[in-house]
Amino acid sequence: MSEKKVHVEVHRDDEASKLGMWLFIFTELLLFGGLFLVYSVFRAEYPANFHEGSLELSVTIGAINTIALLISSMTVAMALTAIQKDNKKLALALISITLILATVFLINKYVEWGAKFEHGLYPGSPLMKYLDRGHLLYFSLYFFMTGLHALHIIVGMVLLTICLFKVRSGNVNSKSYIHLENGALYWHLVDLIWIFLFPLMYLIN
Amino acid sequence: MSEEFEKTEYVSYLEHKGKYTGIRSWIYTLDHKRIGLLYLYAIIALFFVGAILGLLMRIELVKPGETIMKPQTYNGVFTVHGIIMIFMVVIPGLSVVFGNFFLPIMIGAKDVAFPKLNRMSWWIYIIGCMLAVASQFMKDGPPDAGWSFYAPYSTTTSTNVIMATFAAFVLGFSSILTGLNFIVTIHQMRAPGMKFMNMPLFAWAIYATSWTQLLATPIVGITLLMLIAERLFGIGFFNPDLGGDPVLFEHLFWIYSHPAVYIMILPALGVITEIIPTFCQKKIYGYKAIAFSSLAIAGVGFLVWGHHMFTSGMSDQARWFFSFLTFLVAVPSAIKVFNWLATMYKGSIDLRPPFLYALSFIFLFTIGGTTGLLLGSVATNVQVHDTAFVVAHFHYIIFGGMGFAFFGAIHYWLPKMYGRMYDMKRATVAWVIIFIGFNLLYFPQFILGIQGMPRRYFDYLPQFQTGQIISTVGGFILITGLVMMVYNLVQGVRKGEIAPANPWHGSTLEWQIPSPPSLENFDEAPVVKENPYDYE
Amino acid sequence: MANNTTHTTEYKVLARILLVLMFLTFVTISVTSLNLGAFSVTVALLIAGVKGFFVLSYFMHLKYENLLLRILVALVFVLFAVIVLITFIDYAYR
Repeated sequence: MSEKKVHVEVHRDDEASKLGMWLFIFTELLLFGGLFLVYSVFRAEYPANFHEGSLELSVTIGAINTIALLISSMTVAMALTAIQKDNKKLALALISITLILATVFLINKYVEWGAKFEHGLYPGSPLMKYLDRGHLLYFSLYFFMTGLHALHIIVGMVLLTICLFKVRSGNVNSKSYIHLENGALYWHLVDLIWIFLFPLMYLIN
Repeated sequence: MSEEFEKTEYVSYLEHKGKYTGIRSWIYTLDHKRIGLLYLYAIIALFFVGAILGLLMRIELVKPGETIMKPQTYNGVFTVHGIIMIFMVVIPGLSVVFGNFFLPIMIGAKDVAFPKLNRMSWWIYIIGCMLAVASQFMKDGPPDAGWSFYAPYSTTTSTNVIMATFAAFVLGFSSILTGLNFIVTIHQMRAPGMKFMNMPLFAWAIYATSWTQLLATPIVGITLLMLIAERLFGIGFFNPDLGGDPVLFEHLFWIYSHPAVYIMILPALGVITEIIPTFCQKKIYGYKAIAFSSLAIAGVGFLVWGHHMFTSGMSDQARWFFSFLTFLVAVPSAIKVFNWLATMYKGSIDLRPPFLYALSFIFLFTIGGTTGLLLGSVATNVQVHDTAFVVAHFHYIIFGGMGFAFFGAIHYWLPKMYGRMYDMKRATVAWVIIFIGFNLLYFPQFILGIQGMPRRYFDYLPQFQTGQIISTVGGFILITGLVMMVYNLVQGVRKGEIAPANPWHGSTLEWQIPSPPSLENFDEAPVVKENPYDYE
Repeated sequence: MANNTTHTTEYKVLARILLVLMFLTFVTISVTSLNLGAFSVTVALLIAGVKGFFVLSYFMHLKYENLLLRILVALVFVLFAVIVLITFIDYAYR
């Protein structure tokens, strides 16, 4: 007669998915929070040294990176709007722009770090040991925090590239776009962290 | 939210034949119940490894001087004992075993919110365990800095610190993802009619625990990364020669590790809150107070970490602050104890093994908790910090508390999980032996500590030997009881009597379904009661 | 089981928010080049906070999400701030 079911089909729950991404974002905020805590302790202890250290950074490149990230946040948010309005082509273009801006950020980072390495300034370098203590701590924090942040940029780019393919294949569409929404949320987090990192690293008075 | 409940046919989750067979049906399972059992087996195995390491320490301490191991070995043993017990047994502990198995059932759901993430949490946990084991055997030797890895020793010792801390980092990831999964499960997957205030209190406990896992663990994650960077690159954060501060490491470490002890104990308090009403056949006294006290413990628990650091060189103001908050956080715990006792009053008491474990929990937890107050007061703390007193305190709370709650949970829920009963008499005998062994093992250490016996020392003055001998004897009695307990449970699972759906006349949803549960828990829509503790 | 209930933010709104953020970035840079002594950290953090608020509210849609999520986000920031503050009870008085 009728076959009785043993297993019910998996239901989709976008709200749960989004909540899950927000919770993950909380963990990322606290992860960086630990570094911000260390930063605040040492900046309070070595204010002059931190100021001098920040003079070694290029405010111009930092500002360009900030602008790039802000624009990329807007473009990925617009990509979500585009998908909601069923404009697949625009969504693809906007996600691509986001990825290009992310690449610009990473290239700038590479240039900045490269310049430091050339001057013998890198974690564990012989030169570091000769610096004043506050300078050493400042640069250790600089490399650690911007490095961890860059790692998150890469992760974000991977997520958004996956979204790009999903949009192209139609997996993400105007009726089902939670993956893009979550990818965008992660990207905004990366931007959010930089919004705090930039003044604290580059603009110390 | 209005969907027709799709009825299914009963097939025990243990017999269900899915895509995979044999061992792959376990390793690739998406069923929260099987995942709970996988964690259970890993945790029992690791617990006994940790217990044997503890026993080795007890043998070493039975007389002054070198007994069975060199000092360096002793340092390695207490380090790995702590790493295993804390990161692999007690922190995951009740959450991953009973939270996984019973949270969805108790709220009327068919699984957790993200089953694939749940499976990944288990795989990550196993990888973390393997990395920790590896750190014991790699070429630089087992880490010897204690499970708390204080700088500057941890940043300079030549042993395998990086591998061990990386293992802890990986295990932390597993913890975070489990917490995330449970929070979303509770928010999104409660059955119709199951409001927050209708949930069993074990679910509330898991909820509070999950928030702590989610928010506290990242901080130790980044701290361990900083430690690794310090060893690899000399970044200087914790090195006074480079301008850093070792006490900063302690702050960062304890900002996680104090909430971590609440991760350990909150589910335990939740389990006791389930067992007591069932074995008194009486509604829990003060449901709301218990629910909110779980949240309060989790919240205030984030603010007390400095009580581990009273002798480290913090300012006086910091010490006042942390001491005051430590006394504050004791209040919600005490509320629970009062409510349990009030539940028992005029209840119909059933002294079977789960309830015996619950009663002994209250006794041991109270000793642990009140000695915690002694430690929380700065003036007395400076006398007993880093002595055997602290060791006794935390073993009473963690082992006497969480450990006994774990044993109680297993005795309570095993009939449901496997559909079999165990021998009650043997379980009771095992419990008596465990209880006696436990107190003989740890109570003398309170006295030794006050007399001045330091912790983590492999040698000591002859005046401490009597207490050490009693303690060691207690250790052997304890492990005998533990082996008996496990043997009895295993025999029950293999050849015990078939268990009914509701052997203890419990009221929460897991007792409404067959033992063992069906693959998706509820073959028919669960009947959600407004009062989860309804024994009429 | 709720699906696809996210509000659609218009392109215009997103573009305007970007302009606000860029303006605030410019303000941060100018303000920190003035000599405000101990206040420079506070001002920089305040402006960053405002920028963060806009990113959270509009780009991350928090303005259109349910109250529970908004409270949780706020609580996470409060938790972090409290932890930093308490740590300074030690460092400020050593």
